[in-house]
Amino acid sequence: MAWDYIIQGFKEALGLITQDYVIEIALRSIKVSGLATLIAVAWSLPLSIFIGLTNFRGKWAVKGLINGLMGVPTVIWGLILYLFLVPKGPFGALGLLYTEMGISIGQALLITPIIISIVVNSLEAIEVEIRELALTLGADEIRASFQVVTESFGGIILAIIAGFNRAIAELGIALMIGGNIYVKGGYYNTRVLTTAIQMYTVRAEVSIAIALGIILMSIVLGINLLSNLIRKWLS
Amino acid sequence: MNKRIAVFVILLIVSIAFGCIGNSQQETATPEKPKALTISTTTSLYDTGILEEVVAPAFKEKYNIELRFIPKGTGGAIMDAKNGASDAILVHALSKEQVFMEEGYGVNRKVFAYNFFVIVGPKDDPAGIRGLNVIDALKKIVEYGRAHPDQLIWISRDDGSGTNTKEIALWKAAGFEFENLKNEKWFGTTGSGMGNTLLYTSERKAYTLSDIGTYLKYQKEGKIDLDMLVDKGEQLINVYAIIIINPKKIEDKDFDGAMLLAKWLTSEEGQKAIAEYGKDEFGRPLFYPAIPVLEKEEGNVFEWILKYGFIKDGDIYTECPKKYRYNPGDMKFYEFKIDLS
Repeated sequence: MAWDYIIQGFKEALGLITQDYVIEIALRSIKVSGLATLIAVAWSLPLSIFIGLTNFRGKWAVKGLINGLMGVPTVIWGLILYLFLVPKGPFGALGLLYTEMGISIGQALLITPIIISIVVNSLEAIEVEIRELALTLGADEIRASFQVVTESFGGIILAIIAGFNRAIAELGIALMIGGNIYVKGGYYNTRVLTTAIQMYTVRAEVSIAIALGIILMSIVLGINLLSNLIRKWLS
Repeated sequence: MNKRIAVFVILLIVSIAFGCIGNSQQETATPEKPKALTISTTTSLYDTGILEEVVAPAFKEKYNIELRFIPKGTGGAIMDAKNGASDAILVHALSKEQVFMEEGYGVNRKVFAYNFFVIVGPKDDPAGIRGLNVIDALKKIVEYGRAHPDQLIWISRDDGSGTNTKEIALWKAAGFEFENLKNEKWFGTTGSGMGNTLLYTSERKAYTLSDIGTYLKYQKEGKIDLDMLVDKGEQLINVYAIIIINPKKIEDKDFDGAMLLAKWLTSEEGQKAIAEYGKDEFGRPLFYPAIPVLEKEEGNVFEWILKYGFIKDGDIYTECPKKYRYNPGDMKFYEFKIDLS
């Protein structure tokens, strides 16, 4: 029966979810992509505020470029980063290839356009309503801008969540820059949920792939739910 | 009121982030940062699990050096090494290994294991190849295929992998051009990995060439229904070697550490670990240790390893010609003056 082996896989998977090994990989995924999100937010927020709240020549082109960058496939990021980070490449001296930090930086680059795009849109939407009001109420330019940013918190949170979700679910960068390294108790391990799922499926060890898949789906769906709740609260 | 929710959410995210950072500090605080070697390896070796489950733990316990295995195709492993990413490579394609050493990137090649590729097919074996030698088997398959052009008889990976490279060479030895066969109706290609190819082959009740490890794993889990029909023979031998990165060509690589690994793989302890792997799970080992065969200096397998895994240097067969050796220390290289033709 075709269904038997899927059902069997699920049954076995439920037993595997609490294994130390599975939890270790899940925690690494959260850690690596969490750090990627922090890095991306750190450089995206100032940029977004600049793009969203100032008018400059060629602004539409910058926004177009950012929207375009959102569509770059993760394998292309993986390829570009590999060429740059490989020891003989221009940034090889940083020693980032096949490390957790390498994945985090790669994922941070991947989600930067997403975060900037969402934050800029939300700033621009709110700016129209708030700035005029703040100015008429006697605020100066800087205070008015500050008010716009604080009112955009909802959008910023949504951007962070969307970014984290994209980072934790991507495979290309984690595989090509991380290398899926794992040694029991190892110090340099880089295996995360997506690379582990890929590997176990290729190795025909479906139960553990399903267990890891359930965890990944729970994280992604949980965070999506959170994002929807926020959207609802804000509207 | 919206702000209150927003603040709550921010606090939540910040606390998650701090939890992660705290968690990472905890992890880094406990183990002392060990030395690490980066080893680029072919997938057929990696996918059986022997490197992570046996080699890395044993090596770490003995030398406190962590092995970071990067699985790539033989070509990818060599590219990684040339770009300075690895300290040593584990590969199984002699022609590519020779080029790698000739270009000055690799030194001190040591043969450490071998096994065989297998031709697998349906139990009832309609083409009648069971037990034949590989060349006759392939000829029979072509004959049967051309008589049944409406069916898929042979499935090829056609993905440039080591197994695919071997397949092309085998077709050539049997007198056929792979590129021509590909256009015949009974000859299918998947362009993907061994696992997918085996699943497809089983479904279509066809034949294919597989590495033994993937086949045994899939067969044991009942995912495929294929018999091992041709599993021994000169041309099917698959010889694995380790090559150390030449420190004169690429700086900052851990030459001494990589030498330790090469010595361990060919030591009694390492050879025993290779011989034992898979015995309990599959009833037969996935790899055979090469050193006992080389020590015995006789037998079919000995000659096959020399013929397909050693390099001819003048009138001797050697695992590493003298010009590719660098500071070998107490490392011993096998070489035999023998006429195999």
